[in-house]
Amino acid sequence: MTQSKTTINRRSFLKVSALAGGGMMLSFSWLAGCKQIPGEEILEVPGEWFELNNYIKIGNNGVVNLMSPNPEFGSNVKTSMPMILAEELDVDWKNVIVEQADFYPERFDRQFTGGSQGIRQAWKPLRTAGATARQMLINAAARQWNVPAGEITTTAGMLQHELSNKKAGYGEMASAAAGLPVPEVVTPKNVGDFTIIGKSQKNVDGKNIVTGKPLFGIDYKTDGMLIAMIVHPPFGMKIKSVDDSAARSMPGIKDIFTIVPLADDYERNGFDTTSFLELIVVVGNTTWEVMNAKKAIKAEWELMPEYTMVMQTFQGKRTVITPKGLESTDGHKERMIEMSGGKADVLRKDGNPASAFKTASKVLERTYTAPYLAHNTMEPVNCFAHVTSDKAEIYGPIQAPDFIRNTLSARLALPKEKVHIRLARMGGGFGVRAYGHHLVEAAVISQKVNAPVKLVYTREDDMTYGIYRPTYTATYKAGLDANNNLVAFQVRGGGIPEHAVHANRFPAGTVDNYLAEGWALASNITIGAFRAPRSNFIAGAEQSFLDELAELAGKDPIDFRIELLERAKNSPVGKDNDYDPDRYIGVLKLVREKSNWDQSPSNAKRGVAAYFCHNTYVAEVVDLRMDGNKPIVEKVYAAVDCGIVINPDAAINMGEGGIVDGIGNALFGELTFKNGVPDKNNFHQYRMIRQKETPKEIEVHFVKNDQDPTGLGEPLFPPVFASIANALYKATGKRYYDQPFAKHLELSPAKM
Amino acid sequence: MAAINLNVNGKKQTLDVDPKTPVLWVLRDHLDLVGTKFGCGMAQCGACTIHVDGNAVRSCILPVSQIENKEVVTIEGLSEAGDHPVQKAWLEHDVAQCGYCQAGQIMTAAALLKATPHPGDEEIMDAMNGNICRCATYLRIKAAIKTAAKY
Repeated sequence: MTQSKTTINRRSFLKVSALAGGGMMLSFSWLAGCKQIPGEEILEVPGEWFELNNYIKIGNNGVVNLMSPNPEFGSNVKTSMPMILAEELDVDWKNVIVEQADFYPERFDRQFTGGSQGIRQAWKPLRTAGATARQMLINAAARQWNVPAGEITTTAGMLQHELSNKKAGYGEMASAAAGLPVPEVVTPKNVGDFTIIGKSQKNVDGKNIVTGKPLFGIDYKTDGMLIAMIVHPPFGMKIKSVDDSAARSMPGIKDIFTIVPLADDYERNGFDTTSFLELIVVVGNTTWEVMNAKKAIKAEWELMPEYTMVMQTFQGKRTVITPKGLESTDGHKERMIEMSGGKADVLRKDGNPASAFKTASKVLERTYTAPYLAHNTMEPVNCFAHVTSDKAEIYGPIQAPDFIRNTLSARLALPKEKVHIRLARMGGGFGVRAYGHHLVEAAVISQKVNAPVKLVYTREDDMTYGIYRPTYTATYKAGLDANNNLVAFQVRGGGIPEHAVHANRFPAGTVDNYLAEGWALASNITIGAFRAPRSNFIAGAEQSFLDELAELAGKDPIDFRIELLERAKNSPVGKDNDYDPDRYIGVLKLVREKSNWDQSPSNAKRGVAAYFCHNTYVAEVVDLRMDGNKPIVEKVYAAVDCGIVINPDAAINMGEGGIVDGIGNALFGELTFKNGVPDKNNFHQYRMIRQKETPKEIEVHFVKNDQDPTGLGEPLFPPVFASIANALYKATGKRYYDQPFAKHLELSPAKM
Repeated sequence: MAAINLNVNGKKQTLDVDPKTPVLWVLRDHLDLVGTKFGCGMAQCGACTIHVDGNAVRSCILPVSQIENKEVVTIEGLSEAGDHPVQKAWLEHDVAQCGYCQAGQIMTAAALLKATPHPGDEEIMDAMNGNICRCATYLRIKAAIKTAAKY
C-alpha cells in the first residue's frame, strides 16, 4: 500500500480539548453494568483513556475504544467501520469496545448512512486514522527504547523491537503516544496482511439486541418527558379547523395545538421534505393516553392551494411547485399513459434510432410499471427532543443528521453548534430516515411546551405520512437485425414525480443506435429515497425486457448479456458509459457457475438478471415453482462484486436481506391512493413478505479481488425484481410487466 | 384507573393504571421495559410479543386487566444472563440487521420451542409467520431456531 497523507482527514485528528461545546462526556458505566455471560471474557475498564485521534482511544490496560461514526440502521456499519480502524491500528478485535459517535461534524467526516456509501467513502479515512494511531504508538516506543521507529513491528496490540528484545502493549505506550505530533504521512497495511478485514465478526450490538436493551430512539426516556403525537390531513389538504374539546379533557393530556414544521419561505434542502404544511399535535403523559386523545380529535380539512418552495438540490437552487388537488391512483395511471405518448426529455442519443428501427428485422416493445411503496420500517417515526433557551438536545433515528442540522438551527433560532444530535440505532431506514422532518417536529413541540418530549407516530401515521418510493413506468423498444444482433435500443421512462432512467447505464454503449428519454409529473404526494432509488424499478424493467429480447433473439439470457458487454468492452458506443464491462461479465459468469445455470433444477424454473448500481455489480438467479397460484422460491444464487469484503458473514446477511426484500416488493409491495388518502395504513392491508414466502435457500458469492470496497445495502435489491419476473415467465408461460406480481398471479386462470 | 396486580419477569407489583391500557404500553411507559417493541398496534407484526403463562401473545392489543395475576415474561426476563438457547442461537447466527423486531421474533421462537422442542420447517414457518422482519432476516431466524433446538 502506498503512503497516505493524513491531511485527507485532518480534522479527525484534532484533540478534544481544543473543541468547545457540543461534545458528550463518554460514559463507560454500561460496561460495569453488563451481566457476565458464562465463558465470556469481560473487558476490564481501564483506569485512564488516552485519545490518539477522534476515532481511537486506548486504555492504560490496552483496551481499545473505537468510535463508529455513521448512524446504524442495520447495515452493520457499527461493526464493519471499526473493523477497518482495528485492522490498521493492529489490535486484537477481542480487546475492542465500539461506541456510537454522536453527530459531530467538527470531529468526523460524512456521518451519513445511505446510498451504500458508508464503507466506500470511509475506507481511506478510517484506514488512515488507524494507521496514524499505530504509527504514533510506534513513535512513542521508538523514543522510549531509543531505537529507530522503522525497526519496530506491531502485532495484535503489541509493539516489538526484535533486535533489542523489547516488547510493550499499546496500553503502556498510549500515554506517550497521545502527546506526540500526528505524523504527516503513514503507510497503511498491504491488503494481503489483513487479519481482521475479511474475517467474519459478530454484530457488536448483538447481545444488546437479543436481550432487549434500550437501543432505539423510541426506547428513550428522561425525567419529565412528555409524549407527543400528530394528526395530519390527507395529501393535497390542510387544516381548516380543529375541535379538540373532547380530547383536551381526557386523562393525561397536557396540550393540543398545531405546528408549522417549516416556514413557507424557508429555503429547503432536498431532505427537508415535509408532507403537510401544518400538523395537529397532542401532548400528554403516556403513549396510550395520547393515542386515545388523538382519536378523539375532530379535524376539518380544506383543499391546499398550489404552493411554491425554493429548494437547494444537488443540482443547484430550484423552485418547486406543489400542485393542488386530491390525487388518486386511477388518475395517476391515466395521466401516466397520456404522458408516455407525449413529450419527453432526451437524456442520451447515439446514432439514429428512428431509422434503425425502420430497417430492423424484429422489433420488441414492452411497457413496465410499478406502484408507490411505503418504507414501513419496523420502528415507526419517533424522536426525542429537549429544546431550552440556549440549546437543543435531539436523539432519534436519522440517516442524515448533516442534512437537518441547519434546518433545526434555523427553525429553532439557535446557533448550529447548539443543536446537538445524538444518533440512535435505527429500527430500519431504507432511505426514509434520511429525511429529518421528525427531528424538526419533535424540537418544535419541545420548544412550544418547554419540556423534554418524545414524538411517536402510530403505524398509521408512519404509513400515511408520505416520502414514498415514487410510482414509475418505462417503455422499452429494441430492434434486432436478421442475425439477431441488437441494432437499436430505446427506453422512455416516466414517473410521479420523477423518472427512473439512468441514460448511461447498460445497455447504453452496447448498441449503435440508442435513445433514452425521461418525463415526470408533479404531485403533492411526497416521495423520497427508497433502497436503491430509481434502480429499484428500472433494473427490474430493463432486465425483464432483456430476458424477453434474448428469447426473441434465440439466445441464452446470460450469453446474450455477455455478448452485449463484450461489445461495450471491445468497441464501446459513446464515452460516458457508466459501468465496467469486465466486472459486469465477472458476476454473470460467477452466477452461471455457482447456479450450475446450464443444468436447470428438476423442481423449479429459473430466471436471471444482473445490475450495477451504487458501485457494486450483482447477478442473481432465482429458482421458483408454482404451487397453484402461489410462487414458491426454492433458491436464489447471487454473485456480487463489491471489491474487498470487510465482514463476510454480515455482508451475506445484508445480501440475503436485499434479496428477500426485493422478492417481497416485487410480489406484494404496493401503495395506492383515493382522493389524497392512502388505501393502506397498517400491516393488515399492506402486505409485507413473511417467513413463509422467504426463499428456502440463498447463496451469496463474492468475486474475489483487491479492489477498494463498495457498498452492499442496496445493490442486491434491484436485480431480483427481474430474476423473479423472468422465473415466473418460465414457470407460468406468462410475462409479468406490472408490479406487484402476486395480484396478477392470483387472477390467473391457473388457479387450482 | 384501577390497581392491577402484576407479575412481570418474576417481580410482583401493583400498578394504578387504566385497565384498558395495552400491556405493551404498561411495559414500555410504566415499567421501563422497552425491549418489547411497538410495531403496528393491531397484532399484525409481532414486534410486541411476550409470554403470558408461557404462551406467546401480542401485548399491543392485550388490556392490562387481562394479565392480572398471570405470569408475564418479556425479552428482559427470558433469561438471567441473556443465555436462553434462542438468544444464544441468535448470536451464533448473527441474525439481526436493524434488530428492532428481534425481541418479538425471539419470544415467539422461545414459545414455539417450549411447545415443540424439535420443530420441522413447516412448524417453524407456521409459528413465525406472524412476525414481520423488514430487514428480511427470515432465513437466519429459521436457522437459529433449528440451532436452538439442538442446544
